Amino acid sequence: MKEIVVIAEHRRGELRDITWEMLCKGRQLAESAGANLNAILLGKGVNHLAEALKPKVNKVFLIEDERLESYNSETYERALVRLITERKPWLTLIGHTATGMDFAPSLAARLKMPLATDCIGIEIEGETCSVIRQLYGGKINASVSFVKQGPYMATLRPGAFPVLEKDPLPGEIVPLPSPLAAETLARRFLQYVEAAVAEVDITQADILVAVGRGIKDAENIPLVKEFADSIGGVLACSRPVVDKKWLPKGCQVGTSGKTVRPKVYIAIGISGAFQHVAGMKGAGTVIAINKDPKAPIFNVAHYGIVADLFKIVPVIKDKIKGLRKS
Amino acid sequence: MNIIVCIKRVPETTDADISIDKSGKDIDKSSLVFDLNEWDSYAIEEAILLKEKLGGTVTVISMGGEESNESLRKCLAMGADDAIRLTDPAFNGSDGFATARVLAEAVRKIPYDLILTGTQAEDDGYGQVGVVLAELLGIPHAAVVNRIEVQDKRLKVHRELEGGLEEVVEIDLPALLTIQTGINEPRYVSIMGIRKVAKKEIKSFGAPELNLKADEVGLSGSDIRLEKVFLPPVGEAAEILEGKPEEIALKVSEILRDKGGLS
Ligand SMILES: Cc1cc2nc3c(=O)[nH]c(=O)nc-3n(C[C@H](O)[C@H](O)[C@H](O)COP(=O)(O)OP(=O)(O)OC[C@H]3O[C@@H](n4cnc5c(N)ncnc54)[C@H](O)[C@@H]3O)c2cc1C
Repeated sequence: MKEIVVIAEHRRGELRDITWEMLCKGRQLAESAGANLNAILLGKGVNHLAEALKPKVNKVFLIEDERLESYNSETYERALVRLITERKPWLTLIGHTATGMDFAPSLAARLKMPLATDCIGIEIEGETCSVIRQLYGGKINASVSFVKQGPYMATLRPGAFPVLEKDPLPGEIVPLPSPLAAETLARRFLQYVEAAVAEVDITQADILVAVGRGIKDAENIPLVKEFADSIGGVLACSRPVVDKKWLPKGCQVGTSGKTVRPKVYIAIGISGAFQHVAGMKGAGTVIAINKDPKAPIFNVAHYGIVADLFKIVPVIKDKIKGLRKS
Repeated sequence: MNIIVCIKRVPETTDADISIDKSGKDIDKSSLVFDLNEWDSYAIEEAILLKEKLGGTVTVISMGGEESNESLRKCLAMGADDAIRLTDPAFNGSDGFATARVLAEAVRKIPYDLILTGTQAEDDGYGQVGVVLAELLGIPHAAVVNRIEVQDKRLKVHRELEGGLEEVVEIDLPALLTIQTGINEPRYVSIMGIRKVAKKEIKSFGAPELNLKADEVGLSGSDIRLEKVFLPPVGEAAEILEGKPEEIALKVSEILRDKGGLS
């Protein structure tokens, strides 16, 4: 029987959303291929997480070791190489997250296993697997096949696979001895550093005006700031605007920034990369202003305005100012 | 500190109207503008900042056709010392793994303390090449790095995690880091600057010089194969607001009133 394994991602005592997303997709794949679905959990003092995973899988392989307490690519790789070489799962699923991006490629290379990264779709077709990935910042999709026979490895994009309720599986926790020896590591975890507290808390706003690279220059920021002020909104942005130091980090929406759920989100000159969308798809109503009708943001927006932001934003601002005065 | 930076020239697509080419396997790039991959521009800047502080050399390497010279020259103009281009028809169609294999053979020829790559490329977005390269070379790595402090024979680096959280790790040299955007402010390169390095030699190596067999690289050395590309299906597509700017503005104010509670 085929085996599909999900490498459970967790941080500071909690399983991350991507783990549930992978388990749900993994379940569907396992059902379609008549395979077993198992999870691998590495950590220290994570029995409660193993319990939480149990009803989602046939088996939870649990390795506890103090050297696995905080994620480290080196200890993860050593533990996983051993386990995967022994069990030979047909498909290994890992999150395309800051963690997965750090260990999946080297693990696959070490195991000489074909890897497809950042998949937004994955299906088993007989003895092989095909995936869907995105190219060019999400403007194009590609169907991709594996050249060789399995086993395969794939990293799944966070937020691309829904979490659906399923009947529980008769999960079993299988504790395994740690294969890690007391050797010196070339990479050592030191500590976590929290984000600095922002001056303005964008997560509390009812109306957010978010600006992207389309604003072109720092000197154009007042245009959107005034617009935000005129509608009682708060200014937010995509990552490049922070990278270029046009707005502070606390304004950034997305996977590496804030997750926001305003009543209305107005995205101006933002293309709609998945890392951005992940932070704002919970907004009640999304209005996107972009001059490119094919920008991916129009797939998540409720209302779209295909226009040059420098022409349309001042008009909207003035109109609303006029209406609110009268 | 001797640093190698791996870079890629990519088409600028966010602003462009793109269409699928006749092969059905890629977009039509004939009218697109190309530039240095955004993540790589931060990687090369970081290398040059380290060199300015600590001395040593910066070597840039790119796998690609002759047109990659343009991006390599941009890096030279920014302050890199040497540029190497890896060009061979056999390299065409390489996936992330095959690309890393080609880069690894070139890197083995050069002494280095540190290798920097971008976290991912704007075009194919594998986010894989740097980390595989580290594995092939047998050196430690850290991905998605947004801060580097050099401490003698090791580095203290910050890895960017989700939600603004960062992870600080210590890593022994030689090492490979994949660089995240925002780590620095890439310097501007003027046309004059590019002109100054126009005559600088760019070494070029093919598969034979790198002792690579044709079946180890390109399509035949790849693990995954792109079958076809297509436009993403439009889900619950946005209702496009049309009309004169004033009419659009009125509609936006109505939405803000109905959905945002704006009075
Ligand atoms: C690990 C990782 C984490 C990341 N985290 C985040 C994150 O938290 N948040 C985030 O936002 N990104 C994040 N990113 C980056 C993300 O992949 C994209 O690069 C980024 O979101 C793009 O920002 P943008 O849409 O503003 O810019 P672009 O993609 O460059 O889009 C600019 C848009 O503006 C439009 N435009 C240009 N001029 C005009 C005009 N005059 N009028 C109207 N429209 C115009 C263009 O058509 C285009 O669609 C992350 C990436 C990685 C690898």
